[in-house]
Amino acid sequence: MSNTAISVSDLSKKYGDQVAVSHATFEVPLGTICGFVGPNGSGKTTTMRMLLGLITPTGGTGEILGESIKHPEKYLPRVGAMIEGPAFYPALSGKENLNVLATLGGFSTDRVQGLLEQVGLGDRAKSKFKTYSLGMKQRLGIAAALLPNPKLLMLDEPTNGLDPEGIQEVRALLRSLANDGTSVFVSSHLLSELELISDYLVMLRKGEVVFTGKMSDLMLSQQPVIIAKGANENDLTLLLAIAQKAGHHATIRDRAVHVQGPAEWAFEFNRAAFNAGITLSQLTPQLPNLEETFFEMTGDK
Amino acid sequence: MWNVAFAELRKLRRPTLFFGTMGAVVFFSALFSSLLFLLIDSPQGNSDRGRMVGREVLGLATGGVQGFSSVGGFLGIIALCVFAAQTAQEYTYGTLRNLLVRQPGRLRILLGKFIAMKLFALIMIVLSAIVSIGASVILAPGAKVSTDLWFGADGRHAIFTTFINVTVSVIGFGTIGMVLGLLLRSPINAISLGVLWLLIVENLLIAVKNSWEKWLPGAQLQAIASGGAPSGRSAGIEYSHALLVGGIYVAIGATIASFLFVRRDVAN
Repeated sequence: MSNTAISVSDLSKKYGDQVAVSHATFEVPLGTICGFVGPNGSGKTTTMRMLLGLITPTGGTGEILGESIKHPEKYLPRVGAMIEGPAFYPALSGKENLNVLATLGGFSTDRVQGLLEQVGLGDRAKSKFKTYSLGMKQRLGIAAALLPNPKLLMLDEPTNGLDPEGIQEVRALLRSLANDGTSVFVSSHLLSELELISDYLVMLRKGEVVFTGKMSDLMLSQQPVIIAKGANENDLTLLLAIAQKAGHHATIRDRAVHVQGPAEWAFEFNRAAFNAGITLSQLTPQLPNLEETFFEMTGDK
Repeated sequence: MWNVAFAELRKLRRPTLFFGTMGAVVFFSALFSSLLFLLIDSPQGNSDRGRMVGREVLGLATGGVQGFSSVGGFLGIIALCVFAAQTAQEYTYGTLRNLLVRQPGRLRILLGKFIAMKLFALIMIVLSAIVSIGASVILAPGAKVSTDLWFGADGRHAIFTTFINVTVSVIGFGTIGMVLGLLLRSPINAISLGVLWLLIVENLLIAVKNSWEKWLPGAQLQAIASGGAPSGRSAGIEYSHALLVGGIYVAIGATIASFLFVRRDVAN
């Protein structure tokens, strides 16, 4: 039996001359939470749609839970998914909407009320979907994805529209599902959230995979960043020039100079700034977080 | 396929849709049948397009189903709207992706939906038959129309054949609605185009050249509902011709739409 939840090789999708996904190759091990990140239009949703059999790849192969993506009927009964936001019938209640999907998939409708309670919609089960807030719709989408008691859960931006408490609940839910052996493949714009929960990461840029592997490997492979602020904001350009002259990659972000380089170089940076007549108000060596790494690797900012 | 059908029935039974549609069926079935008897002596006629249906015709074994047969085309329009809306809404709500994740067999989705909507149409037809025939029975004595032959062997046969004809016609109209829903992927566009074509464009074309009536899809389906007998604008179409031409239209439309549905990427 395969020990990967998702395995794709050279997966591609073209619309005419436009390449949506180009030769994507990655694996997601069973029982892990895998973050799927990339700027808007990088091909995340297209990849998820190909994995779910909604669109046909123009090239490459893929396997979900050991079955080829050419035969989605073999693995979809074990997959839960929410793609591009929750989509339901507005005139039906949340419970009726889930009953429709449960009947369709051949699952017991007895699970529906429990799932609604699990996502915090127990008391609004009988309200029509059109009366739900964005956060409630999102919760219903997650409940629908959980209907088949999935071995693999694929969620596209599950925390969209959720308040901080809701985000925390989703995070805890995903972690508990992963602890129970469910593999989770989740895309999100909230990189700080993904950093907290993901074991693995697949990063896309313009349809191409730029990183795939353990989250810890990615973070360790990144050079530390030295963040420096001058007492006078006008000194930022000068600080940038000092770092670049020393051969380091540096950018100005959030009114601070971010310099890639070993933590020890902070001492020399401080001395060079002092010699240039700049008083530093902050000089902090730190490991980059996922957001900074993401921007660095995708060149999105 | 059956899971799809049962899931679809959950949507079709929602009160606004179910009772709204059945209410319209009851109202128009009663209206069409009542006018046959209430306007029996009217010089403007008592049937569609001012046709006269006299006491001698209504007193025949087929008299009891005259109203039911006349309302058949209208039931077809209702079926077209319901089938088109139920199909196209999956695209506009974005729910098609949910359906396909839970049931990746696309032809099964179509067949399951079709079975459920056929059942819905069948309920409409049975209700219409009960109301039409019931209204005819109640109003016949007041219009001095004999009902002696209505429930004899020939009368029962007429009820049965009319029921089958109306069912075939309504399913045909519904299938066209489903095809429009799949092709246009928008309930408003599918219903507008379907109703506009059937109620306006076909009538205009027939008014321009009467012989075109034999080749237009709506006219064929309406002729099937009335058993090819003289009724409304489909006065000159034989039943077998209507069945053949109407069947070809429905089969070609269903084949093209199914092919596209199976092959097309679901990217919305």
